Parts: sequence; structure tokens; C-alpha cells
Amino acid sequence: MSQPSTTKSMTIGESGLALIFAATAFLCMIGAAKAVDAPFAFHASLAAAASVASVFAILNRYFDRPAELPPQEINGRPNFNLGPVKFSVFMAMFWGIAGFLVGLIIASELAWPSLNLEPWLNFGRLRPLHTSAVIFAFGGNVLLASSFYVVQKTCRARLAGELAPWFVVLGYNFFILIAGTGYLLGVTQSKEYAEPEWYADLWLTIVWVVYLLVFLVTVMKRKEPHIFVANWFFLAFIITIAVLHLGNNPALPVSIVGSKSYVAWGGVQDAMFQWWYGHNAVGFFLTAGFLAIMYYFIPKRAERPIYSYRLSIIHFWALIFLYIWAGPHHLHYTALPDWTQTLGMTFSIMLWMPSWGGMINGLMTLSGAWDKLRTDPVLRMLVVSVAFYGMSTFEGPMMSVKVVNSLSHYTDWTIGHVHSGALGWVGFVSFGAIYCLVPWLWNRKGLYSLKLVNWHFWTATLGIVLYISAMWVSGILQGLMWRSYTSLGFLEYSFIETVEAMHPFYIIRAAGGALFLIGALIMAYNLWMTVRVGEAEVQAPVALQPAE
Amino acid sequence: MSFWTRHHIFEKNSIVLVLGILVVVAIGGLVEITPLFYLKSTIEVVDGVRPYTPLELAGRNIYVREGCYLCHSQMIRPLRDEVERYGHFSLAAESMYDHPFQWGSKRTGPDLARVGGKYSDDWHVRHLTNPRSIVPQSVMPPYGFLASNEVDTTMTADNLRTLRAVGVPYTDDQIANAVADLKAQNDPDSADADAFAKRYPKAVVRNFDGKGGAPTEMDALVAYLQMLGTLVDFKLYNEKANLR
Repeated sequence: MSQPSTTKSMTIGESGLALIFAATAFLCMIGAAKAVDAPFAFHASLAAAASVASVFAILNRYFDRPAELPPQEINGRPNFNLGPVKFSVFMAMFWGIAGFLVGLIIASELAWPSLNLEPWLNFGRLRPLHTSAVIFAFGGNVLLASSFYVVQKTCRARLAGELAPWFVVLGYNFFILIAGTGYLLGVTQSKEYAEPEWYADLWLTIVWVVYLLVFLVTVMKRKEPHIFVANWFFLAFIITIAVLHLGNNPALPVSIVGSKSYVAWGGVQDAMFQWWYGHNAVGFFLTAGFLAIMYYFIPKRAERPIYSYRLSIIHFWALIFLYIWAGPHHLHYTALPDWTQTLGMTFSIMLWMPSWGGMINGLMTLSGAWDKLRTDPVLRMLVVSVAFYGMSTFEGPMMSVKVVNSLSHYTDWTIGHVHSGALGWVGFVSFGAIYCLVPWLWNRKGLYSLKLVNWHFWTATLGIVLYISAMWVSGILQGLMWRSYTSLGFLEYSFIETVEAMHPFYIIRAAGGALFLIGALIMAYNLWMTVRVGEAEVQAPVALQPAE
Repeated sequence: MSFWTRHHIFEKNSIVLVLGILVVVAIGGLVEITPLFYLKSTIEVVDGVRPYTPLELAGRNIYVREGCYLCHSQMIRPLRDEVERYGHFSLAAESMYDHPFQWGSKRTGPDLARVGGKYSDDWHVRHLTNPRSIVPQSVMPPYGFLASNEVDTTMTADNLRTLRAVGVPYTDDQIANAVADLKAQNDPDSADADAFAKRYPKAVVRNFDGKGGAPTEMDALVAYLQMLGTLVDFKLYNEKANLR
């Protein structure tokens, strides 16, 4: 079995990383001892413990492994590295359910405010926990898993590095842990979707650079002459998120051993930086990254080629160019200069076109395979996600028109819009991808039960419909009540009357969220059973590779 | 050579693709953000806007810590109903010393940009402690725990110093006396009250939570809420001078 024995020695990566983590553990212990506030001491202790665990894990892995590193290819076929992918799929399901649950809790807090338990479970602390858990923890792990899987398959190359991919997935989840526990303890920058404090931001920067390197080097190792479309989108997502993160978050800590910092930007410039970041977290994290998923998983599942390669080229460049401009539509009629608002609105409207280019490319890929929607609920989920994408990317440009925005801004309409995109598009395309991935990763013939996928699909769809229609009605209702005048020219409603009018819709919204959560629980059970009792796929004997 | 074959350069060279992406995504941000730092018309010229006092800043940090911006905006738009409901529309100058800005994006509760002086201190303390005792239909979380937390003053001067480093014009005098000023603003009878009033002209000196002893987080938050939107005197403000 064994290769001709070479003397076993640690790689530079193993010894270097072990040393770095040992030093980090030491520094974190000092940080914990000298901390000026309790949350920082807690986080420094967590980081010290994680660093020590990392050193042990690296050494343990070294002692257990054979002298030779895993080969790049076995029998002429790439030796894919699927461990980090499996881990991220698992974490995605974990964080997804946690994030949906926290969402249900805060939705219920708005319907029944006595559920607020001060201080830790107040709405203001739980809401960033919900958004970060679903966007960055659930969405982020789906992106890590799918990007690491797709890049290997489409480049026909093993993931670059041995420890590096593990560093990325574990490091990223550690960032989530620090960010999430921080919110509960009151550690936040209070910049929407960029709440983590300076030390979490620094850690994420390191993890993200390694992520880019792993992805890029794998692309460079590819055996295919062309870089596959999905990988353009993954690259745009990784690079742009790095740029946005660095642009929005430069901050000066009050103490090097304290959690509080002040962001470098102030007032109107901070507002512009924030929404340049915030809107493109949507554009690149929740759109470009998930379009990459669409471009791999829909053709794969439908067993059809992508509808139009040329359309994908045009809509790729147009999408990433136009998205960046759209941020100011979050600041219509504010103290941001008018010229910036007008630019933001104009580009938001133009953005409709490349967005629908992506939708058309995704949907039309089904040409000749539409019948599969009847028999394959996973494909149905993927296709419905693209339909939701089309709907949200029409609604978005509409809401970015200043007159529409004067009504919709500050109301639940925004929340409804976000959730038609987040639950319908990001949620469903992620579920579809995970339903595809789990049998592939764990070598199963198929899912444990397609019937349960069907149940998941309909429960979640009903949940989304309840959620977004409740928010449309409550948002438009509240917007109209705020600007309503009596015949004598007085404002007709006090603010609190408009709050009271929201109550029934908040209950409907919570019910919708509960259905969506139930759907995810059905999914988790289905996946668990797939891994546990699913029938193993019989590996076909390695056939000769056809000449290319 | 057709356009489509020219595109192969991006499809076959990962570094070219990376550079292409970087250039394409850089343009929009550069055009929209950079001018905000040098166009003089971006921030109006007004009298009255000053950095926060140490107590107000402590209150603002609590506002940030508790995520109040998730339900309360601090940005009144120049629309008829908003101006009638909340007061003069917000100026960029009014948040020029805000790190981070707290304009918000959602009004589950009302806008707070000009809440200062609208209600009594006592109203705020009761409302924060139990919102539904004052406004039965409110969905706001309770913040009674603020009354039992003393303001941590160990980092007060460092907070001011850090803000100065990112551009807020605190003086050496203000930084050196930060802790004394924090306490003085909450105690009209203290010996430091006059010196405080000199360092922060027009700032209100009051016992905000109505209880004696060291300043609590309730004092700080109420002090912050009561100064919101009060710095610019709109009877004197010359709108025409700042048309843009």
C-alpha cells in the first residue's frame, strides 16, 4: 500500500502555522489578562483557546498522516479535497437554522414586545445576530462550500494547499462566533451589516485573503483552458467583498485591549461608505456569489448546458460594473448631496437589465428539460429561486426611484423586499445546492426522501408568500399613514397609531418565518438521514478518459 | 477577431480576470465617494455644531451598543409630512462629528434627529425603563438596566482622544478634563460645573435621571437624547447660503 518511504517531516505550512498559532495563543492570553472591558477579555480567551486547539489539531494531523502529502491526482483523475466542503455544508445548515430561529424570535418580539428580555435578548442586540447569522454565517458557509467544490470540479484540480482550505473554513466560522457573541454582549459598530468590531474585522481580513489565494491558485492549477463562468462570479464576489470590507471598516480602537473603536469616516461620508458597502454586500455576497451557484448547479441538475454563453459574458461585466454605483439609493432625500442620489438611482434602474440577463440565462437553461420540474423538487427549488431573483431585481430598481422611495423608505416594504430576495432567491438556491451536494459529497445514490424535499419546498414557499405580502401591506400602509392629512391640513395619524396598525401584519410575518424555519428543519432531517442510512453510490470502475 | 474571441483573454488568464474585475468595480465607488471629501458644498456651513460632551458621548456609545439605529432613524427628509412631524430637515453638518453616522434605515419607532427637548427627562427615564407604561401600544424593548449601571469612566479621556485622531476637534483642555466634565454635566451643584460650561458652551447641565450619585448609563443616554437636534438654531439658520 504505502509509497516508497520517505522520511516524514513537517511542511513549512504545518510548522509555520503551528508557531503562528502558538504565538497568537500567547498574545491572546495577555490580551485577556489586560483587557479593559469584559467582552474583550471573553473574546481574547476564546481566541486563545481556539489557537491552542489549532496547534493541537495541526500536530495531531501531522502525526496521523502518512509521510507523503495527498497526491494531486489518482489514476489520472484529480484527487478532490472535499473535507472542508463537507464541514462548510454542515455549518451552513447549523447557522441557517440558528439564524432562522433568531429571525422568528425578533419577528415575535415586534408582535409581542414583552418577549424582549433585557439586556441580552432585546431586539436591538438580536437583530444583528439574525442578519449576520443568515447572511454571513449561513450564506457565507454555502458560498465557501460551493466555491471550494465548484472550483475543483470545473478546473479538474485539487484545492490549493492542505491546511489553507481548513484555515479558511474554520477561521471564517470563528469570525462568526466572535461577531455573534459580541452582539449579545453589546459589542457592535452599529453600521448595518458591518457590525463586527475592529478585531473581528482584522481577523476576517486575514481569513479572506487566504480564501482568495486558495481559490485563485486552484484556478491557476486548472486542467481546462477556459475559466468556467461560475468561477468568474466567485472571483468577483471574493475580490469585491475584500475591497468593500476594507473600505467601510477602517477604525481606530480606543484601546488595543478593548472592544470599542471609532470608525475613521464620519457623518455624510460614513453614510456613503456604509451604503456603498451595504448595497454591494447584497450585490456581491448575496448576488454574484449565488449566481455562481446558479451557473453550476442548475445546468448540472437539469443536465442541460447554460442557455447562452454570450449572455453570461455581457451580464457578468454589466452586473459587476453597475452594482457598485447603486449604494446611494439607500440615502434618498437624506443629507447626502443630490448629485450622488441621482447617480445611485440612475444606475439602480440600469441594474435591472443585467440582473434579468442572469435570470433569463438561468431559467432558459431549462429549455428542453422543463418536464423535470414535475419530478425533481430540488430542481424546482433552484428554478423558483431564480424566479424570486427576477422578482426582487425588478422590485429593487423600482424602489430606488426617488418618488417610490419617499414612500417605501423607513418602512417594512424594505424588509419585505430584502426577504423576497433573501428567503426566495438566496435561501432556495442554497437549499437546492445543498440538496445536490450532500449525496455527491457523502457518496450517496440520492437523497433519503424526495417527498420530504417537496414538503420543504411547499412549507417554505408558503412561508415566503406570507412574509413578503404581510410586509408589502404593512410597509405601504405605514408609509401612507405617515403622509396622510386631514381635510383641515393636519397630519392625520400620530406615529404610535401607525405602529399599532402594524400589529396584525407582524403576526402574519412571524407565522411566515415559522413556516420557513419548519421547512429548514425538514431539510436538516432529510440530509441527516441521507448521510446516515442513504444507499452508497457504487463507484464505477475508472474508465479511460476520453480524448479531448 | 470578434468581440467574443477577444474576451478569451479574461477566460484564459486568471490574473487578467482579477485585474479586470478590480478595475470595473473600482469606478463607481471612486466617482461617488471621493468628491464627498473635497466638494465644499457637501457639508453646510452652520453655527452651533460642536463635538459631544463626555456624558453625551457616553450616552451615544450606549445608543450604538444597544443598536437603537435598527428602529430609529436620525435623518429627517425634506418632505412636507416629515418636516411637520419631526422639525426642520436634517443637515449634513449636524452629523459631521458622528463616528459612526446613525441616520438609520428603518422607522419601527419615530425619528430621533430632533427628539431633544421634546419630552421631559422624567418622561425619558420612565419610557426607557418601561415603554408601555407611557405608550401602551409601543413595541420598544425595555432598558431599565441602564439605571443600575454606572458609566465607566476609565476610558472617557481615551474615547475623546481616539475621536480626535479620526477628525473630531476636541481640545487638549477637553481631553484632560474629560472625566470631571462627565460628572459635572450631571451635577449642577458641583464645583466643576462652571468650567464645564466654559468648555462646552450651551450644553445642558442637569441631573438627567433625577437620582443622585455617580452618573448612570441612564443619565448618559438621556443626556444624549435631550441634545439631539438642538445644536443648530433654525431661527437664525440661513438656508439660502447653503443652497446646493
